[in-house]
Amino acid sequence: MQSPTNFLKHKGWHQTAIIAIIGGIYVFASWILSFDNLAGFTAIPRAFAWLGVNFKPTSSSMEFLPKIWQKLIQTVLLAISSTVVASAISIFIALLGSKVTGINGTVQTIVRGIASFFRNIPLVAWSMILLFSFKQSDFTGFLALLLLSIGYLIRAFMEIIEDEASETMLALKATGASYFQVIFQAVLPQILPSILSWILYTIENNVRDATLVGILTGTGIGFIFDVYFKSFRYDAAGMTVLAIIIVVIALETISNQIRRVIL
Amino acid sequence: MINADEQIIQQPNPPKSPEIKLHENSLSRTMIVVVFASLVVITGYTLMHLDAAGIQLNTAFKELATNLQQMFLQPSAGTDGFMPLLQALAGSVLLSILTTIIGAVFGFFFAVLASKNLTNAYLGAGIRVVMAVVRAIPTIIWALIFSIICGLGTTAAVLGLSFHSVAYLTKAYSESIEGIDKSTIESLKVTGAKFWVVVFQAIWPTIIASFVSWTFIRLEINFANAIAVGAAAGAGGIGYQLFVASGMSFDFHETGLIVYLVIFVTFVLEFIAVKIRQMYLNR
Amino acid sequence: MLEVKNLQKSYEKDKPALTDISFNIKPGTFVAIIGPSGAGKTTILRSLNQLIKDDDGQIILDGKDIRTANKEQLRKFRRQIGMVFQNYNLVERLTVIENVLHGRLGYKSTLAGVFGKYTQEEKEEAMSLLKKVGLENFALKRCSELSGGQKQRVGIARSLIQHPKVILCDEPIASLDPASAQNVMELLKRLTDEYNLICIANLHQINMAKKYADQIIGIRKGHLVFDEDADLLSEDILRTLYDQDITKELE
Ligand SMILES: Nc1ncnc2c1ncn2[C@@H]1O[C@H](COP(=O)(O)OP(=O)(O)OP(=O)(O)O)[C@@H](O)[C@H]1O
Ligand SMILES: [Mg+2]
Repeated sequence: MQSPTNFLKHKGWHQTAIIAIIGGIYVFASWILSFDNLAGFTAIPRAFAWLGVNFKPTSSSMEFLPKIWQKLIQTVLLAISSTVVASAISIFIALLGSKVTGINGTVQTIVRGIASFFRNIPLVAWSMILLFSFKQSDFTGFLALLLLSIGYLIRAFMEIIEDEASETMLALKATGASYFQVIFQAVLPQILPSILSWILYTIENNVRDATLVGILTGTGIGFIFDVYFKSFRYDAAGMTVLAIIIVVIALETISNQIRRVIL
Repeated sequence: MINADEQIIQQPNPPKSPEIKLHENSLSRTMIVVVFASLVVITGYTLMHLDAAGIQLNTAFKELATNLQQMFLQPSAGTDGFMPLLQALAGSVLLSILTTIIGAVFGFFFAVLASKNLTNAYLGAGIRVVMAVVRAIPTIIWALIFSIICGLGTTAAVLGLSFHSVAYLTKAYSESIEGIDKSTIESLKVTGAKFWVVVFQAIWPTIIASFVSWTFIRLEINFANAIAVGAAAGAGGIGYQLFVASGMSFDFHETGLIVYLVIFVTFVLEFIAVKIRQMYLNR
Repeated sequence: MLEVKNLQKSYEKDKPALTDISFNIKPGTFVAIIGPSGAGKTTILRSLNQLIKDDDGQIILDGKDIRTANKEQLRKFRRQIGMVFQNYNLVERLTVIENVLHGRLGYKSTLAGVFGKYTQEEKEEAMSLLKKVGLENFALKRCSELSGGQKQRVGIARSLIQHPKVILCDEPIASLDPASAQNVMELLKRLTDEYNLICIANLHQINMAKKYADQIIGIRKGHLVFDEDADLLSEDILRTLYDQDITKELE
């Protein structure tokens, strides 16, 4: 056992060391990446000044609005449908793979492996590979978002099942109920709100990720932003960003309201 | 014998009629049904109108299978060589660490100022709105915007990733801070301690475990974003190599190797995160 | 009649959790299993309905050995054995009456159970059981809105609707305040007499065991050290059971 003064001294020393290590890593990383901190941080006000001048939508940029709006809606629809299809697949796999409802240890390990594999393949890789086979189409964007979401949702759903349903699962098993009765009468009713909450979160996320997928695969809102941006139509690009902000915040607000009611 | 005081809340008598109801229509049940139904309808509509650019689906899937097989079963370093790829990978890792540190420092600072239980309501609300807007703009767009001022490259990538990190972590940390028990804060406030003293003596030790978890979650996100920015904004690193291999030289063997490298790094990051989290939780 | 003969179980090799446990219980008996933490009480209870697969021995309920039952027979055994949990294990989001009706699932075809189709008689019985446990006004409330004592009574109603011969209670009152605990114990005792049940409860409160149980089984390090009428539980035995002098707690 340490004395209190010793403990405090030790703790203080410990904290200093951690701060020093993190500071060291920062300096080292800046040096290797040749990131000039001063130039970097002074660029921020300049960037905003530039944004203020160039990204300001003018009356003539209004003509882009219908096009932007159409692409944005399309993107949101893609985000929703990829999430929904992904959750249908994921809930099924999660039931097979969770510790509580799963079949056996081997299947559980395999499912976990597959989920983290899918989750960690970069979205860029999915987009490019799919682009090669499925060309520049909405279907490519849909598949890329679908595959990434599946990785996230399997893990999330398995954790939800294990956290929320293990006790009731046991209770119903003890009454002599069969596997499917337990799943439908205890597990699913219990986890439905958390599942829905995760679906909403994934939709928000997919709208943001769809921008990246769009830039890479030439679809949806990302594509249109990229086109305006690269052809120096900054007012239209600014309008696109504004539209994205509005839609993402609206989705977030709606999701929060829904969560408040169901949880 | 069953104590009566638990029944103070008088409910309407359940129906004694032939039909016994099992539940009432509550708002929450209805909401769940409505939301699920609308999601399914939207999905059905979208899938039916999905533009597949007239491609033959089964040839496309066959082609995909070949490519995936090349990627995952025959990975190779391709024309770039293994060492340059490792260097690029290290660059992306450092980029994500750097921006996570920036995000954590500024994020904590803003989180303290934005938390409802600490500061005045207007300042807090202002910060929260600004952060919500910053978060709504995808990282890749931030990076593209900064690339106009700083040119394509590291600086734009660092700034782009940092902006989103700060906004994300501000929200995450301030939710942790708002979860702190009021009495913890008050007990120090009544001693006359200054604001930042309270923050570092009471708030910081209380949230450190969740601070660490959120920071590592963000580190993983930033690594993914570093790759994305490298690919879509030409900011270098393994993301750029990935983009070139998969989208320009169509070398799927090299793509496969890069994907394996990335997966390896994310596993290592996840492993470190779990270890450090354990260290803080066991203290 | 429940007969347990030479029950053995070890989770890890050469570290027996249960050694040679044998006891008999007649219908209409309220049995308390007592013993220090880690003694093996939960293991015994869960072996009785085979939520835990034990290694060796016999568990005979009315002449049939539950241990040799196949999957379908085990389901039939389990529906004769109700179980009450320390943490209630209800589906919190569903209503009280829906949770009670879950006790009927073992009697239904898979399809009817999956869609939650219950007959009128089942619903009526659920209502009358709720009345019995004093919750008739709560039938349509969500379980998450109930107090601990109320939840435990829902759990008891759920096990009663199974028409059980045996009810197993793993620390049924460990999460309850003293008043609710008394309540639940009295209810269990009364139901045992009324339905001529075998009710087996793991308890940490020795005074509760002495007050309500007809028969007490003492377990220490996986061995059965006491199995007698409740009146015969002496301080000496408690001392060997718990390795220390805890009799003061009884006063
Ligand atoms: N799943 C398991 N895996 C390995 N060992 C276990 C497992 N469950 C219980 N044990 C061990 O078996 C022994 C008996 O455990 P059991 O849970 O039956 O005790 P208990 O009497 O119910 O204790 P308590 O009063 O604390 O609930 C303990 O030594 C415990 O460590
Ligand atoms: Mg126990």
